[in-house]
Amino acid sequence: MRRILITLATAVLLSLSVLASAQNVSREEIRGLDEQIQDVKKDVIGLTSELNRLEEKLLFPSNTQAAFFISLAGAASSDDFSLESVEVKLGDQVVAHHLYTYREIEALQQGGVQRIHTANVQTGTHPLVVSYFGKSKSGKEYRGSASYSVEKAVGPKFVEIQIAGTQSAIHFKDW
Amino acid sequence: MFPRLACAIAGVTLSALTSLHSLSVQAKAPVDPGALHTDALQDLFFGEALFNAYQDNYVDAIIGLDTELKQHRLLDDPERDPFRVHFGQAEFAVGDLELSYRMHREAGRAMQQVLQGNVAQPIKNEAAYRLAKIHYQKQQFANALHALELIQGRVPERVRPQEQFLRARVYMQLGRFEEAVALLEDLKGEKSLQGFVEYNLGIALLRAGETEKGVLVLDGLGRNAGSGTAAQALQDKTNLLLGNQLMKAEEFDRARKYFERVQLSGPFSDQALLGAGWVEANAGRFDRALVPWRMLKQRRATDAAVHEAMLAVPYAYGKLDVHSTAAVNYGEALDLFGEQVDVLTRSITSIREGKLLEALRRKEARQVKNWVVELRKLPGAPETHYLLDLMASNDYQEFLRNYQDLNDLYERNRDWLQSLDAFEDIIALRRNYYEPILPGLDVAFRQVDARIKMRLEQRARLAARIDNLLVNRRPELLAKSDETEARLMLAQIREILAYNPSLSSEETEDRIARLEGILNFRLSREFDDRLTTAYKNLQELDGVIAVLQETYQRYVRTRQAATHSYEGYSDQITSLRAGLNRAQRRIDQLMARQGSMLEQLAIHELDQRRAQLESYQIKARFALADSYDRANELQERREDERKVEEYREQADQLQQAEPAVNPDGELLPTDNPPELEAPAPEAIQDAADGEGAGDA
Repeated sequence: MRRILITLATAVLLSLSVLASAQNVSREEIRGLDEQIQDVKKDVIGLTSELNRLEEKLLFPSNTQAAFFISLAGAASSDDFSLESVEVKLGDQVVAHHLYTYREIEALQQGGVQRIHTANVQTGTHPLVVSYFGKSKSGKEYRGSASYSVEKAVGPKFVEIQIAGTQSAIHFKDW
Repeated sequence: MFPRLACAIAGVTLSALTSLHSLSVQAKAPVDPGALHTDALQDLFFGEALFNAYQDNYVDAIIGLDTELKQHRLLDDPERDPFRVHFGQAEFAVGDLELSYRMHREAGRAMQQVLQGNVAQPIKNEAAYRLAKIHYQKQQFANALHALELIQGRVPERVRPQEQFLRARVYMQLGRFEEAVALLEDLKGEKSLQGFVEYNLGIALLRAGETEKGVLVLDGLGRNAGSGTAAQALQDKTNLLLGNQLMKAEEFDRARKYFERVQLSGPFSDQALLGAGWVEANAGRFDRALVPWRMLKQRRATDAAVHEAMLAVPYAYGKLDVHSTAAVNYGEALDLFGEQVDVLTRSITSIREGKLLEALRRKEARQVKNWVVELRKLPGAPETHYLLDLMASNDYQEFLRNYQDLNDLYERNRDWLQSLDAFEDIIALRRNYYEPILPGLDVAFRQVDARIKMRLEQRARLAARIDNLLVNRRPELLAKSDETEARLMLAQIREILAYNPSLSSEETEDRIARLEGILNFRLSREFDDRLTTAYKNLQELDGVIAVLQETYQRYVRTRQAATHSYEGYSDQITSLRAGLNRAQRRIDQLMARQGSMLEQLAIHELDQRRAQLESYQIKARFALADSYDRANELQERREDERKVEEYREQADQLQQAEPAVNPDGELLPTDNPPELEAPAPEAIQDAADGEGAGDA
């Protein structure tokens, strides 16, 4: 019995030093591996960047590209509003319907901008209809819907859809 | 008793001290909010990168910003790009994101470039701060201090508190506690670092030898660290630290109140209950020590504190001379240890079979809170409760994230390889569609092109003529077709008359002259109006020509796009595919190495815990036997005492009653029987001698 608690105490110490001793043995190996992982990350990021550009060039050439972005109007002051879903209709077709996760809502509230849809459209005028649904902290529901005419010229077209949640309004901005 | 207790307490307090060193590291400052924030967004793609970054989707954020930065640098006229407003911020943001994505070398290089570049001192200061942060995270504290020393003047206001806090933590790591205390004293009241400053200040004071001041600071934090789960956890951690610190200083009464402050449902409650028990046990109040220990005993069977309590409870019962209950509790402890040894053995087998890595690769597991704990619910997955402490360590977390990053990259690359196949299919389809029709289209295009060119030349001629009319007034050039025809007819008549004068007469001459006069008068009178109309018509023609030219350009672009949609990709795709395959092979190897490291560490941890439990089992068996012996001994002693008492009672009764006589009239003895009297040492010696003599 006398040794039981002595063993307990030493065991506590042992358990704490497990990771330290296990790591100290192969510290150099850990560092080498970490550096190799960083290298491969760098290479893959470079490759992905090139692949993204290739994809855009192949699938969305600049003469037909139209991209639509969602942002919250007055993002910093819109903590009270939580965006639940957005639907985008281009021409007669629903091209995007997005349900937001908690992290996406936070990202929008902090000023992030979400690319909700990229399309290929001909030059000319295209009707755009956007509708959204959201809630306030108190649970009050807000809905809004608005139309816009997208004038597509020869170059790429970018449209920002700003959602002013509690005002049940949507603002459009051509970039 | 005391040596045992002292050892146990030393164990607890030393464990607190061991962790004390790393506490300043664990209590990290919140992420610098100023690095990415922007009040006025001027570029949608920068906003998209922020959207990814705020969701910790670092790869997409880095790729997005990298692409924008590259494009911006390639522009002939970057001033016209809205991204210019965010350019400087984006360069920092990439470094920050690379840091978050554990690409310390890249982030470090980016900051070094800024430091060596021709930029303003405030920007250099910010870069130096971020470089120091990188070194700190890599536990290169001397380098971190060196980077901080590059700061001259003030750093930008938005990162100033973080810079001071980082500097203080670097000083702490380098053992310069007085300087850390001075900096942290200045930072008190900084809202963004609420709680963290006080915690580190308290530790710095303790380590600097100013124990009472340190206790005072930590006492304040332990009373109220703020609201919210994180603040509450910090408060509990502080109280636990203080309790252990004071127990080490043998101030048991003071230590008790800090253990009592720790929430019973928090993550530090087990250690606090254990500590609270030892405080009482040290004071000899084993009955009171049993209260927290028995509570702790009912908790999660995988916790080290619970295992310790399983032995501490019977130990306390033993001290209270309740050996039978102690024996029962040792029995329970043995059962639990046996079960847990089996669990650990199964977990080790499961890890060796690759189940841990398989579970770590599952993305859905990471979507839930406490996913590490949730892993154990997966079929065949190891018992992760035993790995929580290991998994909470900075290094293991880094390994884990690296492994998951590699897995994500592997899956991304695999998707890209599939996309490349799809791209090639698309290109083949486009080639098959366009190649047969393009020659015919080109012929038609050349005809249209020639016609358009001709019309453009005609328009140019008309425009030149109208311009000429402004300088050189010639009304006949604006004649209508009937008027031109009339003029030609009159000229023809004059020619006929000149050729055949016999046909001419005065009347004819007058008539021709009058007709010419009328015609010239009309042309002359209407010249200005017609010129205006001609201008207007030219403008209308310009409109038509603009449409024609737009159509022409559209056709040209579409024609180019058609060609570009399938030509010139094969080399790029081949090169990208080779790059992806190379990367996949490397990722595969690195994942295997990182995974093996994760497995080794986990198995090592479980092995240690199993060895610990097996050691507990041995001790518990001995203690159980000891308790039985003591319980039996006690029971026998009590039985003897009971018998003695009974005999005494009988003797007393006999003394008080009539002296009994035997049938021969002899008195019965009233004194104690010889076996109940303690023999005198001499008597024992005599008896021994007598026995010896008898034997002899």
